[in-house]
Amino acid sequence: MSALAAISNLAVAYRNAALPALSDVSLEIEAGEILAVIGESGSGKSTFARALIGLLPQRTAISGRIDWPGLDGAPRAGRDIGCVFQDPGSSLNPVLRIGEQVGEGARRHLGLGRRAADAEAVRLIGRVRLPEPERIARAFPHQLSGGQRQRVAIAAAIAARPRLLVADEVTSALDVVVQAAIVDLLVELVRADGMTLVFVTHDLALASGIADRIAVMAAGRLVELGPAAELVAAPKTAATAALVAAHIDLATPPLVGDAP
Amino acid sequence: MTAPLLIARDLRRTFASGGRRVAALDGVSLEIAPGETLGLVGASGCGKSTLARVLTRLVAPEAGSVHFMGADWLKLSGSRLRAARRHMQMVFQEPLAAFNPRATVAGVLADALRIHAVVPKAERGAEIARLVDRVGLPAALAGRSIRNISGGQRQRVAIARAIAVRPRLVILDEAVSALDVSVRGRILDLLVDLQRETGVSYLFVSHDLAVVRAVSHRIAVMDAGRIVEEGPAAEVIAAPSTAVLGRLIDAVPRLKGKPQA
Ligand SMILES: Nc1ncnc2c1ncn2[C@@H]1O[C@H](COP(=O)(O)OP(=O)(O)O)[C@@H](O)[C@H]1O
Ligand SMILES: Nc1ncnc2c1ncn2[C@@H]1O[C@H](COP(=O)(O)OP(=O)(O)O)[C@@H](O)[C@H]1O
Ligand SMILES: [Mg+2]
Ligand SMILES: [Mg+2]
Repeated sequence: MSALAAISNLAVAYRNAALPALSDVSLEIEAGEILAVIGESGSGKSTFARALIGLLPQRTAISGRIDWPGLDGAPRAGRDIGCVFQDPGSSLNPVLRIGEQVGEGARRHLGLGRRAADAEAVRLIGRVRLPEPERIARAFPHQLSGGQRQRVAIAAAIAARPRLLVADEVTSALDVVVQAAIVDLLVELVRADGMTLVFVTHDLALASGIADRIAVMAAGRLVELGPAAELVAAPKTAATAALVAAHIDLATPPLVGDAP
Repeated sequence: MTAPLLIARDLRRTFASGGRRVAALDGVSLEIAPGETLGLVGASGCGKSTLARVLTRLVAPEAGSVHFMGADWLKLSGSRLRAARRHMQMVFQEPLAAFNPRATVAGVLADALRIHAVVPKAERGAEIARLVDRVGLPAALAGRSIRNISGGQRQRVAIARAIAVRPRLVILDEAVSALDVSVRGRILDLLVDLQRETGVSYLFVSHDLAVVRAVSHRIAVMDAGRIVEEGPAAEVIAAPSTAVLGRLIDAVPRLKGKPQA
């Protein structure tokens, strides 16, 4: 496999922060892989995602390098990299119709005219498996459920046909059933289009279900990186072991018995 | 068998939504025994929070009754209501909204102790220190503003506030859903320990079946304003009789390696 991005010795310190948010992070992101980035809250996952997208706040101290051997040059945000966040409300404009927002990327980056962009928006809305795409294209964000809004955000993120999709805690605000459906959708889109996915989550189980490789962050450092199954089966660091131990599913011994 | 601590019968509540009436509670009945955790699980929008809010009298039902500690709870008023209120506490998903944002951790606990006169005034400081320690927070945190602590720490404060008044029942509505998995585990352990020590009952509300199963003696599955399955947690999950529960079971993320392509 060839590298889409090569990150070396990346360090990030926010303005006025006592400690760096990222220190000495080096890894390659392979073209076409699903890379999960996991860790406790505050471990630097979102900072890593924002550094990759080029969306860190101004006056943040950044050192190290991010090279893009898999692209023709520096990535253009929205074009080469699509992003989706936990709260789709933050990326969707409340007063614009869904169709316009989804078509925006295609209009701006693929040079489609308004009519073609509208048609493309309807196609994308269908692709993220929303029912009645024409009707949803005419709706406003508040008329949709949280899970539907997240599907719209995904449609908008892939509109310009990016090489890399960065998804930061995209299912954390959703109920478990909707969460599973959104994760399935992401995997399907990424595999169908040969996209690369960086999937940021605090939930190791979610990561293990979809990722080729998992990167574990702790206190701003990349502490472990490896194939998903191996990393779960044989954690090499305390941070990974703690995440494995914190997992709860239907086979976990209950904390209480049958009756009080 | 001891008498139930809480008995709810045929609770009904509708809301107006886009010109229609939606039945958020469509005839809900349940019982909670002393020292028991009843887990309430269901997809988002099925009516869980409405039920929690009706039980805590934040929302009035259109029909139905609730008996709590032997009294007709929805009909209580005045001093009898105030006295009984102490015994039903609630913890929400995002506790910041439930606090005065300018308050300190100690201030939040002091208010709870004062309102319900839990301990003599002279002992309040010591009781606050005990509570802070009991929920696993460092003593130094007591003076911090509720705004300037982490989400996990804030949820510990919400739990400390709830148990400060030594209630019989705590209703936890998605209380761990916004926490990351490591913090979540520690909060669940705390809840279970507190129950063993004090015999408090919990109504544990969540969309996450795995978490509900881990802490509940019995579970009730809710769908479209009704309880569709109910029983001992292990039995109900081992033999789901509704499609709703089947979907909740399937959606639980399992820890596994890369699936075969
Ligand atoms: N805009 C910011 N300004 C200052 N500090 C920040 C900012 N964003 C995050 N941080 C801090 O950087 C560290 C890493 O945060 P983050 O990357 O958001 O972690 P995660 O996504 O793993 O929860 C934390 O200590 C956090 O408080
Ligand atoms: N204050 C309210 N006004 C209007 N509709 C409401 C209100 N509270 C709840 N609902 C509706 O009642 C139904 C149940 O909601 P809720 O009890 O919050 O479900 P859950 O907690 O299971 O997600 C939903 O259709 C919701 O939109
Ligand atoms: Mg984050
Ligand atoms: Mg709710």
